[in-house]
Order: sequence, then C-alpha cells, then structure tokens
Amino acid sequence: MSSDEHVVSLQDIEVHFETDTGIFGRDSDIVKAVDGVSLDIEENDVVALVGESGCGKTTLGKTAIGVQRPTEGQVEYRGQDIWEARDSSGSSSIPFKQIRQSLQIIHQDPGASLNPNKTVMHTLSVPLRATQPQMTTFDRRERIHEMLSRVGMEPPEAYSKRYPHQLSGGEKQRVALIRALLMNPDLILADEAVSALDVSLRIDMMDLMLELQDQFNTSYLFISHNLSNASYVAGEADGRIGIMYLGELVELGPVDEIVKNPKHPYTKALMWAAPSLDPNADADPSSPLRTIDVPDPRNPPSGCRFHTRCPEAREACKNDVPGELAVDGHTDHTVTCFREDDHHDYWHSPELDEVSTDEADTAASD
Amino acid sequence: MQTTNDVTFGVTDPIFEIRNASVTFDMERGTSRVMDSVDMNIQRGEILGVVGESGSGKSMFASALLDAIPDPGQLSGEITFRPESGEEIELLQQSESEIKQIRWEEIAMVFQGAMSSFNPTMTIGDHFEETLDVHGYDVDDGMERGRDLLSELYLEPEQVLHSYPHELSGGMQQRALLAMSLLLDPEVLVMDEPTAALDLLMQRSIIELIRKIGQQRDLTIVFITHDLPLVANLADRLGVLYAFEFVEVGPANDVLTGSKHPYTRALLNSTPNLHTPREEMRPIEGKSPDPVSVPDGCTYHPRCPMSDDNCVAADPPFQAGSGATDHQAKCHYIDDVNEAVPLNLREVHNE
Repeated sequence: MSSDEHVVSLQDIEVHFETDTGIFGRDSDIVKAVDGVSLDIEENDVVALVGESGCGKTTLGKTAIGVQRPTEGQVEYRGQDIWEARDSSGSSSIPFKQIRQSLQIIHQDPGASLNPNKTVMHTLSVPLRATQPQMTTFDRRERIHEMLSRVGMEPPEAYSKRYPHQLSGGEKQRVALIRALLMNPDLILADEAVSALDVSLRIDMMDLMLELQDQFNTSYLFISHNLSNASYVAGEADGRIGIMYLGELVELGPVDEIVKNPKHPYTKALMWAAPSLDPNADADPSSPLRTIDVPDPRNPPSGCRFHTRCPEAREACKNDVPGELAVDGHTDHTVTCFREDDHHDYWHSPELDEVSTDEADTAASD
Repeated sequence: MQTTNDVTFGVTDPIFEIRNASVTFDMERGTSRVMDSVDMNIQRGEILGVVGESGSGKSMFASALLDAIPDPGQLSGEITFRPESGEEIELLQQSESEIKQIRWEEIAMVFQGAMSSFNPTMTIGDHFEETLDVHGYDVDDGMERGRDLLSELYLEPEQVLHSYPHELSGGMQQRALLAMSLLLDPEVLVMDEPTAALDLLMQRSIIELIRKIGQQRDLTIVFITHDLPLVANLADRLGVLYAFEFVEVGPANDVLTGSKHPYTRALLNSTPNLHTPREEMRPIEGKSPDPVSVPDGCTYHPRCPMSDDNCVAADPPFQAGSGATDHQAKCHYIDDVNEAVPLNLREVHNE
C-alpha cells in the first residue's frame, strides 16, 4: 500500500458533499463527487483525467494535492498520509508544509489566479522567497528573467514589469506555470490549464509544460474535458488517461491503449466528441448517447451509473454494479463494464428499451 | 496589384452581401481597426463557419451582421440583407428602431455564456413571453412553438420554462437560449462561440442539434468560433479570419483538405487531434498582430514561412490560383502552398 516510489497514492477515495436543496434547506442531499477511486502517481508521471462537468475530476485532483480532505480513504505523499501529517501538527515524518509545497496547482482561469495589483516580478518572487530565503534580490531577479525567457516571454525585463491585465491569456498561463514550478513541486495539478486558450495555442502550452517537466522533475495530473488535449499531453510523456463518470473512474490505461482500444462505452462517446479535422472520418454524425444530459449527481442511477446514457445498456446494468476488470489480461488497462466479462449475465439479459427516459419521450413526439 | 477580384465566392443566392465593411475604434495610441475592409457573401440556407483566433476580429464580424458594434466603435461599408420576402435592406441605413425590429425577428443571435444572456430573476418561460410580447407576437402561439423547440433540443418543456437560469446546467441553458433565439422564426441565426464554455461532449451534441434544426427550418447559420475542428463537420463553407480580415473562403471540405492559405494550414497543423500523429503537430510561430499597427502588405508575412519582398510590398487580393473559383485565398503564392506548408492530415485522406 504505502510505497515510497509513489509521489502520491490515492486509496479508495470518497469525497461526499452535503448540499441543501430548496430555499428552506428542508432536504439535504449527499453528492458523491468522488466515490471509491484509487490511483497512484509516480515520479515524472503524467496522468490525465477526462470527463464531463460534475464527474468529480477536479475534486479528485484537489484531493490528490491535499487541498480537499476525503470523507473516506487515504491520500499518501511518498508514503506519508497527508491528512495525518496535517492533524499531527509536526510530528509526522514529512511535515504538512513541505507536502503542500510539493503539490502545486495551475487553474483554468489564469486571470483569476494572479493578483491583478502585482507585477509579474512580484508574483514570481513569492515562491522563490519561500523556497530559497537566502537568495539575494539580484539572483532572484536573474532567475525570474531566465524563466520568463525560457517560456518565450521576451524581453523578460519588460515582461517582468507588467501587470496581469497587460498579458494575453497564454502569457498569464505561463506565469502561473512558472510560479508553480518555482516551488520545486513533485506534482502539479493542471486543472483545465489549456482549455481557456485558443485551440492554436494549446499545443504550444502543452509542449512547454512537458519541456519543463524534464527540467524540473515533476509529475502532472492533467484534468480536461477534452480527450484530444489529454491524449496529446499524456501521450507525449508516455503517461496514462483516466476516464471519470459521476464520481467513478470507469477506465484507466496507457494513452495509446485508451485511444486505440477504448473499452468503456463512455470512453467511446468521448472519442466521438473529440474534434476531427477529417471531413470523411466522421461518417456517423448522430450522438452515441441515449440522452444528452448528465443525470443529477445527487441521485445517480442504480447499477452501472452510465446505464441511462449507454448505447449498450441492458437490463443487467440497471441492477448490478460493474467491478474493475483488466482488459485482455493487461493489468495496466482496466475498465468497469460488464462487456469485458464474457461470462457475465449481461450477455443473456434483454436490451433496454430504445426510449427509456423522459427526455427521449418528448424528443420522439415531434 | 491585380484588377478588382471576384468576391462572390460562388454564392448564387446571397442572403447577406457585405462589401468593404470596417470597424474602427479611436484609441489613445492610434486608430484601432478591428475589422478591415471585409467582403463576404452568405448563401441563403447555408451554414457558414467563421474561424479565427482570439483578437482576429471574429466577434466584430458577428456584431456587424446585426449592426450591433459596441460604442465607440464605428462600422462603415455596406451590408445588404435580402430577406426571403420583401425588399433588400441596407442594414447600415436603418434607424435604431428599424434595426431593433430586424434583430430577433429576422436575424437572431446566440452568444457564448447563456448565463449572461438571461436575467437571473426571471424564469425561462418569462423570457420567452417577454420576447414574444415585445415584438408583438401572439404569446400563446409563440409559447406553443417554444415548447416544440425545447423538445427538439431534448429538454423537458414544462420543467425548463418554470426554471430560473441558475437551476439549469450550462448545456441546458445554452439550449434554452437557442430555443429562444428561434422563437420568432428568424431567417438567420448568428452564433458567436455558442458552445465554448461547455464540455466537449455537450458541444458536439449541440452542434448536431443545430445542424438538424437548421435543415428543418431552412435557416441560414453563421457559426463563429476559434475552434476549427468544431465547425469542420458542421459548416458548408468556411471563412478563415486573420488580422481582422478574411484570408481564405471556400467550401468546408476544400478548405480543410486543400487549404490555399499558409495560415489556414498552420492553424490546421496546430490543432490537437486524435487522428494526427502527435509528432507532426506544430504550434504556429509568432504572434497575432496588434489592431493598431497591422503589418504592411500581406498581414501574415511576419509569421509566414513562404514570405518574400513581394509579400511585404503588396497586399494580395483574393484569388483562386489554379483551383476552383469558389475557393479563394489572399496569398500571392497559392499554387506553391501545398509544397511549402504540407498538411498533416494529408495521409489520412489518401488512404
């Protein structure tokens, strides 16, 4: 379980939130944002989590870097339980402060994560002061200029004097990346870090992240709703992709396995949605999903949570919860779908009715 | 310079004819020209995809079609709108009240971020009724049409009409807004990044719904986005914007598989894509120009691998090169582009 090789190890993580519904808060519902996920992140690893809004990918990411306390399960940093370190106030083998420094984040909206009243120089001095308090002002300035040049913000002397509003979206994101890297982290959570950028700038940003990964020896947990971006960044680094749906990790494997041999019907739906520039490649324009909208996470479907949208769903999927199965005997590629089990009742159970939901009912009436 | 070029782009029944349209903003450091003498024809009933990076002037193009440039911007040129029945309308000659009538009734618009288009204190149903009322439409008939539209967009009509905007997910809000924009049965639907804030899966689903609805209602759709692959499979024709003007216009298939402008090719090659080998993807070198000081000659020359003195000296007109005339680009060297900037996807097509 607790291995020192893992930078971060997540064991059976559950993060449940209580929400009040209705104006008077008469019902409190539990949202199972993350429900029983285990994941290990190694050194120099890249793991991309892909899923729709509300699938729990951000919550899981925040749990991995120790800013979200799980309601169940364990998060370990190099073998040290993060929340135990936090609660024991200093008696742990790795102090909580050091753990938090080692686990950094870049947000989706770089504009909101930079202080609008501080120059680039000021913003970037903060992490250097924290990690290397003995550094002289001159050295610090040199270091920041060097980093700005590295990410292509030339001339660095001019850029370092600018305020966030004087930077483009891509430049702000670069500053956020440098700020995270200057903490010398072991893991950076990149939460939709390129989604707000123009399509044409995304590759550039991802290339930069990977280039700096080599130099800084850091791992990335990359979160995206876009399978193309995820497969690019994780593929270049020989990493893995995890597909999340309503709080569960439904498929996990090496990038090429996921892209070339997707097993979960949901992964296939995400593949369908991934942009294709080839006008002939997409012969099938109709959505493979039974319904467009994600079910209410406060009241997730029974059995396999995907069954209400799954094109392959059968009666068995309504009742039984699929467990994790290795794909073709490869333990590094796992999927939670009955279709991978040749002997499951699924194969003998009747298919779900074509029209099974309210939305589909109304749609069929026109 | 060559003689005046043909800018009809093979359009036979234009619902919009745009000639020499410019938008300028006076700024402290000079005049900012955010749309630069744009010529364009839009065919009745087509889906025109307009693609450009941030700051290429694509939102200005959307606003120009509705004569809705925000102050203190100045729109000049000619924009002729030809409705199905009735006389052609010079949009820029209309009074404010006439324009207000044309908007929504003839030309509807959907912008990014449905949340900011709805009043948070009103239900979706209130919005529908208000829209019908203000434009003098029969509310009962209109609401009936509204319910049909919502159903077509896979929404539960009664539930959605009684909801406040914040009670709906982003995808549902955007579809409710789409239904509202079609409530008055317009001829043209202008969409500026209508799906940008949504999940990819929802974006694709909405795109398919837009395609279906457009066909059923003979809508002319102008779909504006920075996301080329998103419109690649939706649009009939594509217009590529660079530095505040169109640099390439043509049938979507031809633009994607045989782009005539080096910028379009760079854009295609820089797009993350599951079908392109990773090692062949390339970012575009350099930066988009500043609207106050656009480069001389061809505006793309500082970033173009093919540029020479000729490109600095003269702004190339639209031309078709040796190919079909409905597919044109503003480049001096159209016939050399294929060799100089090869397309990554090429191999996929030859298979």
